[in-house]
Amino acid sequence: MHIKKILLFSAVFITFGLRAAAQDTTGTDLLADLEKETANSDAEATKYTTATFKTTRLISGHSSENVAKGVMDVKIAHRFGTLNKGGYELFGLDNATMRMGVDYGITKYLMVGIGRSTYQKTYDAFFKLKLLRQSTGKRNMPISLSYVPTIALKTLKDQNTEQNNYFTSKLYYTHQLIIARKFSDNLSLQLMPTFVHRNLVSLASEPNDILAIGIGGRQKLTRRLSLNAEYYYLLPGSKLAGTTNSLSIGFDIETGGHVFQLHFTNSQGMNERTFISETTGKWEKGDILFGFNISRVFTIGKNR
Amino acid sequence: MKKIFLAAAIIAGTLSTKAQKFYTKNGNISFSSKTAIENIAASSNQVTAIIVPATGDMQFSVLVTTFHFEKALMEEHFNETYMESGKYPKASFKGKITDMAKVNFTKDGTYSVTVTGDMTMHNVTKKTTTTGTVTIKGGKISAASQFIIKLADYKIDVPKVVRNNISETVTIKVACNYDQKM
Repeated sequence: MHIKKILLFSAVFITFGLRAAAQDTTGTDLLADLEKETANSDAEATKYTTATFKTTRLISGHSSENVAKGVMDVKIAHRFGTLNKGGYELFGLDNATMRMGVDYGITKYLMVGIGRSTYQKTYDAFFKLKLLRQSTGKRNMPISLSYVPTIALKTLKDQNTEQNNYFTSKLYYTHQLIIARKFSDNLSLQLMPTFVHRNLVSLASEPNDILAIGIGGRQKLTRRLSLNAEYYYLLPGSKLAGTTNSLSIGFDIETGGHVFQLHFTNSQGMNERTFISETTGKWEKGDILFGFNISRVFTIGKNR
Repeated sequence: MKKIFLAAAIIAGTLSTKAQKFYTKNGNISFSSKTAIENIAASSNQVTAIIVPATGDMQFSVLVTTFHFEKALMEEHFNETYMESGKYPKASFKGKITDMAKVNFTKDGTYSVTVTGDMTMHNVTKKTTTTGTVTIKGGKISAASQFIIKLADYKIDVPKVVRNNISETVTIKVACNYDQKM
């Protein structure tokens, strides 16, 4: 009885000893245990998805991205004339409208921006608030959600001087939700339900409120180049006479602090109410405008 | 019977005397690139490092996403386009101090050593030899090193347009206090 016990003990000890010795010889995997612990604690942490899009605009409209806190983003955008104008106007390059703007990140979740478009001499201002962030780990969130309200003021001199022209008649409001998901390193998609309100319409039969649903996305082609598309579908009954849905296709090219966006679109305007609710160009008729956005970021405040 | 037990215990005891290892999970690695136009610097305090005094084994491992920059966009580009941390999340070094004889782990002092091993980052593994110091103070071990790597060696390409902003070589500094034992 006694002997058996002792033998058992010895066997256990020896086995343990041998195992410990064996561990020592596997020198190449010294960190394995430590890393396993770290990996476990990582799984408990929340990992937020970053870089869903390269910049804060997809093409004409907003993407789900914000500029980081303390970062100023200067944006200059151009839309040339339509390609179907032919060689005489160098396929639209003789005409250009532009928007100059500045965006700034106040916090991680909130950015503000202002801009002025030459098209109808319009000023616009907006903020973009991140309500949900896509994440995995402890907090698992399949999508990110942002809210972007924009106000626009048309300062073009009144065309009709016979009627009473109120200041409020020149104001336009847009409310937009951006639901985005980065499906992989290369593919991100977003949905943009949008509401546009105009205080004054030109005909009594035209609606003051316009509802549209946008869909857009990007597919990265290389690490610094992506193909983008953006489409706004106007819901039936909320269309101005002669307008059509906005469709844009373009590329993002990123180089250090710059992002160049080159695109083809049927929309001339570069603020929400113009390209969403007042697009008149038709792709099938060749009313396609070439355009570009240039973004340059400057770090002003401290990131952390 | 007692003798058998004793013998067994002694054998077991000898065999289970593991070589002592010292480790930390809060080591520091920083790097910098300097050009006339722009200085780029980042640092991580979440380096896992281990040293085995008996054998001279030294290993380091760090998650690429734990490096933080002053400029948010630099950090994004570092992860997204240069290091591709989504695909290659970790950087590591596995090597050995080649002149262990120089270091007296029982005596306080700073000892210059040479370390040789495999450095892995951005999915490229390269044999690396560098010099550093091992400091012993009151039984505590710490290690430090500074060396230069070429970005091209690790297939980290810098596009032409920003070649004036990012230098071809990067200075890496390592500093670890091995504050825990096992």
